[in-house]
This record gives sequence, C-alpha cells and structure tokens, in this order.
Amino acid sequence: MRYEAPSSLDQAVALLAKESGDARILAGGTDLLVQMRTDILDPVLIIDIKGIAETRQIKEEAGGFRVGAAVTGAELKEHAKLKSVWPGVVEAANLIGSTQVQGRATMGGNLCNGSPAADSVPALIAAGAKATIVGPKGRRDVPVEDVMLAPRKLCLTKGEIIASFLLPPKPARTGDAYLRFIPRTEMDIAVVGCGVCLTLDAGGKCTAARVSLGAVAARPLLVAPAAAALVGTSVDDAALQKLDAAARAACQPIDDKRGTKEYRIKVAGVLARRTALIALERARKA
Amino acid sequence: MAKHHVATTVNGDAVEFLCETQETLLDCLRDQLGLTGTKEGCSTGDCGACSVTVDGRLVCSCLVLGVEANGKSIGTIEGMAKGDELHPLQRKFIEHAALQCGICTPGFLVASKALLEKTPNPTEIELRYWLAGNLCRCTGYDKIVRAVLDAATEMRGA
Repeated sequence: MRYEAPSSLDQAVALLAKESGDARILAGGTDLLVQMRTDILDPVLIIDIKGIAETRQIKEEAGGFRVGAAVTGAELKEHAKLKSVWPGVVEAANLIGSTQVQGRATMGGNLCNGSPAADSVPALIAAGAKATIVGPKGRRDVPVEDVMLAPRKLCLTKGEIIASFLLPPKPARTGDAYLRFIPRTEMDIAVVGCGVCLTLDAGGKCTAARVSLGAVAARPLLVAPAAAALVGTSVDDAALQKLDAAARAACQPIDDKRGTKEYRIKVAGVLARRTALIALERARKA
Repeated sequence: MAKHHVATTVNGDAVEFLCETQETLLDCLRDQLGLTGTKEGCSTGDCGACSVTVDGRLVCSCLVLGVEANGKSIGTIEGMAKGDELHPLQRKFIEHAALQCGICTPGFLVASKALLEKTPNPTEIELRYWLAGNLCRCTGYDKIVRAVLDAATEMRGA
C-alpha cells in the first residue's frame, strides 16, 4: 500500500488518474481507516490531500464562502463568521461523531463516503452549495445534490477529486438549519436528516426555500415540492402541514436496524416542520 | 515498498520511526515507540481509548495513519505527569475513584485535558458532550465527570 501526500491538486489528480488499482483519497480518514480496518477496502494507493492549500482553507469568495474539502468539523466550528452566516451547515458537520472524530472528519469525506445518511450533505444541499471538482480535464462546479448518485456511488470520473465547496452569498432575511433524528443524543447515524434554507421578504412572507432530506432514499434528496409548500406563505401552520406531507411523499426509505420505512416517513415530516421553524427564526433575525 | 521514515515530536521529544502505510498512529506509538499508555479499544473511532492530540487537536490515534504524524506534534498520556508528580486530572481521578479496570482512563485523561485547555470552566453538559466519544463500561461516568470538574476547579485556582 503506497502513500502519497501531494502539495498541489495537479499532482493529486495525476496520481489518481494514472493509478490502475484501487486508489483512495485521504482527508480526515474517519471513514477510510475504518473501512480499511474492517477489510471493506484494501487500496493500493492512498493520496493524502491535506497538504493541498485549497482543501484546507475557509475563504470568503464571491460574496459567499469557499470551504476546503479537508477542513475539519472542529475548524468549521471555530470559524465564527462562517458559523454566523451558515449555522445550519456548520451544525450539521458538527453532528458527525465525537469530539475526537470532529478533530479529523471533513465535509469532503462525508460526501465522498457516499452514505445516504451523511449529516453535512442535506445542509449543504439546502444552502445551495456547489462542490468544486478538479480532474484531468480541469475544474467543474456541481450542485451538491448531484454529486452522490447511489450508496457509495458518486458522479466523479477517473482522476477527479472534490477540492472544495462553494457556499453562495446568503440573501437578506435568509436562515438555514439542519436537524437529524437519532434515538440518543450523540454518536449515532441519522434515522432521518433534514436541511432547510428559506428567505423572507420584508413582510415576513417566504420568497425562496430549499428543503433536503437524508437517510430516506438511496441518496440525499433535494425536495422541490417541500420547498414549494413554503414559498408564498408566512410559514404558518397550514404551510408546515403541507411541508410535512411533501417531505413524507418524497421518502423512499429502506427498513433497517435504525428504523422501519413507515417510521422514517413519519419522522421525515415531523423533522421537516421542526427544521423549517428554526430556519424561519434565523431568517427573521438575519 | 520501503517503509516510511517518520520524524515527529511526541510529548515534546523529537522521535523517528519507520512504518508501513496501513499502520495507524496508535500502532506506531505502541509498537514502534513503546508508548503503551495509549490503549487500543475498538480500532474504529468509537471508544476514545486511543485518544491523543495531534498539533493540539484531540483525535483517535486509531483513525490517523502513522505516516501522517510526520512533522506533527503528538501529545499522549505519557506526557501528562511531570516525573513523579501527577497532573491534577490524574490525582482527581484517583481521589474520586473515577476508574476501575483502567483501559479507558488514558483516553479520558487526554480528552479531559484537551477540553480544560480550551475551556477551563466547562459546564457539566459541555463536559459530558465533549466526552461522548470516550466509552467507559465500569464507572457509569458520574465519578469521571465529578473528577474532571473538581480538577478544573483546582486548576483554575478557585
């Protein structure tokens, strides 16, 4: 098993593109090392991207933020400005694992691990984030909701790496939030996760919304009908009931040890309402 | 493939070791450097027994490759006491009987020290969340929480 720690994206892409065996990107390693340890993966090459500046930085760009794919949860939490502008995204990333895991875990890894239950992904989708993908043919920006295709399957082609995320400028009177449901308070994987971002006009009417659900389908979903239930309303009880119904209708969950299909569908509706209320409160204060 | 030559700092001392790619920092600390205070529990980042700091950041050493330690500064349980003088956290763990079998204890101590360095006066809730990734099957946690809060009080000079 070889280990490379390139200092540029070009070098990383070249290494990844020319490797014929199983090559894996190492960011925080909190999924990769576990999968190696449990013999799910046995790569011939590990490419550590933490020596590449873009993957490790949080920068203001184009009125929003560029967040490196290998920035850790602990570092996100310590970035006061990012946290104040996009609290839902930072809180979602901070839900992953323990303090120790937060010292290593990254949003790039959370997305590329390809789990439908990844906590940071619905929050990024709700915020309208794009993943900046770098490969042999250059750079491309892909909406986060289009990156994961199915469990463990991504839209990345040979030699491509997610270098960073671009969070858009946040309009006035906009709030985002993420909630997940787990049967305990810490250290668990989402039964359902929900991200909501909504914008109000000066009169308190919702003018734009994005709603995303995790762990209820083969990949995290952007649920347009759920957003439509909020737009044009004052996010009152009637709108929240429609949101609940639209969220439930979007679910195509599996039965597993964390919950049955029926349970997940029910929880998705409840969670969507609760998340929307937090986003609403934040939008009113923003 | 040749082994990686890793030059790092552990508890302030410059050290070097050789390792294979797949060897974790935990493996290297215990097997290459003989620092067996850091314990192996689950090996999957769930139990916190292998907690160390890397450049001041609390991590599970089972989730870090040994080769990643190159050029970094590692802190382990062996760096906590000053010679025969125990760290206040270590003394309070003994006073409060905050350990039984002891396997989780180095991880709890390293994690608690990392918290108190950032947050000298944590609430009990902050402390319990901070330590959620450290599992103990003996104590029921209450004695650990009391020991850390007591140590925090002492360390603040209160």
